[in-house]
Amino acid sequence: MRTLIRAAAATTAAGLALTPAAALAAPSPSPGATTVTKAGTSFLTAATVTAGQPVQVGASTGDHLYWSFRADAGQVHKIAATVTFPKPRSGASTWTVDVFDGLRRRQACTAGAQTPTADASATSVALGCTLRRVRPWAEPWSGDPLPGTYYIRLSVTDLPEPDLGLPIDVEMLVGATDSGGASGDDGELAAPLVPNTRAGTVLGAEPTPAPVADEETDLTGWLPEAGSRWVWTTVGGVLAAVAGVVGFGLTRRPRRP
Amino acid sequence: MINKRRSTAVLIGLLAAAALIGPSPARADDETTEPVAEPPKVELVLDVSGSMRAKDIDGRSRISVAQQAFNEVVDALPDETQLGIRVLGATYRGKDKKQGCLDTQQIVPVGPVDRTQAKAAVAGLRPTGFTPVGLALRSAAQDLGTGSTARRIVLITDGEDTCAPPDPCDVARELAAQGTRLVVDTLGLAPDEKVRRQLLCIAGATGGTYTAAQSADELTGRIKQLVDRARDTYTAAPAVVGGGTACEGAPLLAPGVYSDREAFSEHRWYRVPVRPGQELRASVSVALDRPVNPDYGVLLRATAPDGRELVRGVDAGSGRTDVVSAGLRWSAAEEEDEDGPSAEPTPGAEQAVRTVCLVVSNSFAARPGTRAQPGMPVELTVDVVAASPAPDGPDLGRGWVLLLLLTLAGLLTGLVAGLLTRWWVHTWRTN
Repeated sequence: MRTLIRAAAATTAAGLALTPAAALAAPSPSPGATTVTKAGTSFLTAATVTAGQPVQVGASTGDHLYWSFRADAGQVHKIAATVTFPKPRSGASTWTVDVFDGLRRRQACTAGAQTPTADASATSVALGCTLRRVRPWAEPWSGDPLPGTYYIRLSVTDLPEPDLGLPIDVEMLVGATDSGGASGDDGELAAPLVPNTRAGTVLGAEPTPAPVADEETDLTGWLPEAGSRWVWTTVGGVLAAVAGVVGFGLTRRPRRP
Repeated sequence: MINKRRSTAVLIGLLAAAALIGPSPARADDETTEPVAEPPKVELVLDVSGSMRAKDIDGRSRISVAQQAFNEVVDALPDETQLGIRVLGATYRGKDKKQGCLDTQQIVPVGPVDRTQAKAAVAGLRPTGFTPVGLALRSAAQDLGTGSTARRIVLITDGEDTCAPPDPCDVARELAAQGTRLVVDTLGLAPDEKVRRQLLCIAGATGGTYTAAQSADELTGRIKQLVDRARDTYTAAPAVVGGGTACEGAPLLAPGVYSDREAFSEHRWYRVPVRPGQELRASVSVALDRPVNPDYGVLLRATAPDGRELVRGVDAGSGRTDVVSAGLRWSAAEEEDEDGPSAEPTPGAEQAVRTVCLVVSNSFAARPGTRAQPGMPVELTVDVVAASPAPDGPDLGRGWVLLLLLTLAGLLTGLVAGLLTRWWVHTWRTN
């Protein structure tokens, strides 16, 4: 009985230690990551970055800078960018960081200064955006964030016209936090939202119908997906059996020595 | 006792494993970007008109700053990049505007660069004549030719076009509408307001950028960056397609990227064949290549051939931007069958391919004086992938509450079983 209590205490301690950190700290570059010094100017030419890879690029005020990164289910991404102005400007400007998924659908930011305004005297402006947790699956009609490519667009949305073309320095970093909740039981996207970037072809005629494939009749069809639920349930069964034996033992009359 | 300890350790291990396994690492799919066969092509277009003599950049003349920048760019040129150099206003010394406005030559042909020759050609330039920007752009587009990849023109000028018509901005829009993907990046040397307006218009019409260069360093750095960008980010040019005015007869699209043009409040229709068990993914970007009113939107709808709407993607915005985009996913609901429940597909039979119509519409409003034709650039991506069916409810459980519940249930069962046994043994003994 004492052993059981000790085991319970140990498992509780382990559970507490494994709970993901609730607070999402500011992203920091991962050690050894190479700095990206380029940016694209459209969705098709977006420069690829990975989480933890710092970006440092010089640009002109008015440029629309694009980067893309890859997201997997269960991750929460936090984007932090800083625009520095080496030259004096004539008025206040409003900057924005927009995030789009692989289908170029706008993604909401749950936190962060997405559209800050920099005064004429400011020498830099900081932008931020924390995305929603990437779902492993969502209905086709929903706009939930799904695994695949994500695009970041940094641009200035409002400024006095004479300030266009002035040089700026941009620093950007994408941080990813794994928050779990991406097991196979919650569905899975057959193909991640990675856009097809090849040039298309216009078809001459409607394609011929394809023959129906024979239905698969193997066990994997009705067995649940492999994942942590199997382990949890098995452990639960073992615990129940142990508790049953213990309960049975408790009802026995104490043996006289 | 030893056995008990070991079992405790095993139990803790199992629980830890359960907590750790949680998210299964998602598969890293192979990148779909194919290497593009054609090398990146860039042409630098330099204004060598009389105004380039002005000594207002760090105390040096504009032309000497530009020459120095070109030398450095040529030295740092990546090997695979094909570079050409064209000049305008470099030779004609006379006063005849008609003749001066035809003054543009290609001094380095587009191709692998011979560095010494290119530098010599640039060193010999002397500021001379007029500024036929429009004509130079048109010729530069011809120099770059047509091909399967995007092309870049870098226009470096210090003065307004002195030869309109053709207006350089109209020329840029016309070149962009010709189908070849052509981007014009503009650099203004110590620009005034008129030059800035004109260069902004040229850049906006082709999806390029505008930079005001006030020093030699800025100019060199920016040209290098633009040449590198041509190498780093060039992609296959999208296929050009002309959308229909209704679903019937609209072009039938295979997966890929397409470009089209759409005028204000126009609807463009396309069709995509989708087999059962497949999911349609489509996205559209409409570019703002001309001044429009500050509030705008774009709508992408998928409809059945009979006009029934299946799904829509929409986005709207306000203020300065380059493109407005929307996207959608759609897959046939599994049990949806037009012929009723009896039409169960039998193995070996053929399944009909459904045609989904896509319609792109916009809510841009032209400012007074904005030209409506040609339409705004539309970029459409279409993909057809395997559908992702809805997951069934989980058959197994997870979490600490589950463990507690199962343990309590086991304990209760054990207690009840023990008590029953005791009672049964007791009655058996007494009888």
